[in-house]
Amino acid sequence: MNELIEFISDNLEITYILILAIFVGVEVIKNIPAVLHTPLMSGANALSGVVVVGAILVMLNSDPEDYLALTLGFIAVILGILNVVGGFAVTGRMLQMFKKKN
Amino acid sequence: MSISLSIIYLIATITFVIGLKKLGHPATAKNGNLIAAIGMGLAIAGTIFIHDLQVPTIIYVLIGLAIAIGSAIGAWMAIKVKMTKMPELVSLFNGFGGASAALIGLVEFSKNVGDKMQATTIVSGIIIGAITFSGSLIAWGKLNGSLKSVVKIPFHKIVNNLFLIGIIAFAVFMVTTGVNEQVFVGVLLATGLIYGILFVLPIGGADMPVVISLLNSLTGIAAAITGILYSNMVMLVGGILVGSAGIILTIAMCKGMNRTLGAVIFGSFGATDAVADTDKKFGSIKKTNPSDAAIMMNYATNVIIVPGYGLAVAQAQHVIHELEELLTKKGVNVKYAIHPVAGRMPGHMNVLLAESNVDYSLLLEMDDINPQFKNTDVVLVVGANDVVNPAAHNDPSSPIYGMPILDVENAKHIIVNKRTMNAGYAGIENELFYNSKTVMLFGDAKDALTSLVSELKNM
Repeated sequence: MNELIEFISDNLEITYILILAIFVGVEVIKNIPAVLHTPLMSGANALSGVVVVGAILVMLNSDPEDYLALTLGFIAVILGILNVVGGFAVTGRMLQMFKKKN
Repeated sequence: MSISLSIIYLIATITFVIGLKKLGHPATAKNGNLIAAIGMGLAIAGTIFIHDLQVPTIIYVLIGLAIAIGSAIGAWMAIKVKMTKMPELVSLFNGFGGASAALIGLVEFSKNVGDKMQATTIVSGIIIGAITFSGSLIAWGKLNGSLKSVVKIPFHKIVNNLFLIGIIAFAVFMVTTGVNEQVFVGVLLATGLIYGILFVLPIGGADMPVVISLLNSLTGIAAAITGILYSNMVMLVGGILVGSAGIILTIAMCKGMNRTLGAVIFGSFGATDAVADTDKKFGSIKKTNPSDAAIMMNYATNVIIVPGYGLAVAQAQHVIHELEELLTKKGVNVKYAIHPVAGRMPGHMNVLLAESNVDYSLLLEMDDINPQFKNTDVVLVVGANDVVNPAAHNDPSSPIYGMPILDVENAKHIIVNKRTMNAGYAGIENELFYNSKTVMLFGDAKDALTSLVSELKNM
């Protein structure tokens, strides 16, 4: 518990951002027509691929001799970018099909 | 972190929020997707090129290679996929994101021994990443049919919950004792993977949309946790946005199916006791043929089409549009009734119908269309079953009791197109088929609708 309090006071900014971001996420998604649920889920899925940034950091910070870390980082980058590119592409394809409402 | 990278991350974060916001409105959705994608590209490029690290060229080459491989595969999969197969692709992509988070955790664990707060984030990242990975793969398998829709695990509620408590206890042990052997990390990863399987396996296929949405939200949380580890704002905010947006979407879906989120997480539903009622008989059914069905529709004033997953499986979305156009030309008033969970994901049916150029002002949501059934002459149910099952209103023993349904039985005549008399995805008998107003038009949706169209053309 003490460590948690210590973490919060050491990382006050992050804690604020974390909590505010939760509310932004909720507010942004509220009252979305059901028509767009699938594209939205797909778009959000593409955004979760932001984890690829972490995978890139793993590789940048790896010792070139550390083959295990490099291999894991390499696979992590592939999987993460797959999530990003595939996610945005498939969302785009879905949205392509919606015609403008008249 | 350099100032310019911080600014790039800030811009990327803003594009994520604006992108998500725009994705929520039909007119701006395409733009929203593009804006978020550009922001993501900026964040990735900034991460690679703007830093103070001494990085050997070979690592840049490897990163470039990994990005090229992943982008090529991802783009190829997204272009190749059939629109009916969309939900399982989203599930698969989501699983990859989770796997990426778990792998990052594996690498970082040994580097951060001793720091309890870092260890906590790493350990949670590994667990959540592993669960989303294996869970998404199971959901993917169930949706594409390579896994059985319903798998029974004895006492699965107790087993799953004990297992989850076990994982958490083990994780707490690892963090508090500060162990640094790789074996422990391996065990943690393995138990996360197993839990993902145990979690999704007993859930019936009909409830998969909720599961995918939940797993999507979890991937976001895994990304955010990794963001805390690196004090990386774009990962943190991006991940949390997906996490909280995903939970809201999940709740919206649960509402559509009359489930609670708690029931999803702590007591798998869906497959429950669905077999109980299959023996109940409601009388006899009446068969019809395409020409009689065509006559009924031709002389109707109001027709409502209820499309279900069967329509998607048979790739009949184009024929149904042809039928709708033909009827409209003959002066019949045609609309579509879309149940919130028609298809395999909320909104999936809308995407499929949009693909075949159906005007989406004709697609009416459940609450708008339900009062209209009583003034409707003919309802054509194509490949839908559970979403029109009156048991949801009048049979408290039914597993779908309480689920909001389309009140099809209020119409004057009902034509149901189905391949066979087999029960629907939830595995329950449907009284509607035995209703005196109902006639059954057996056959593959595409074949049946094609004959309907040609009969109508000859009238």
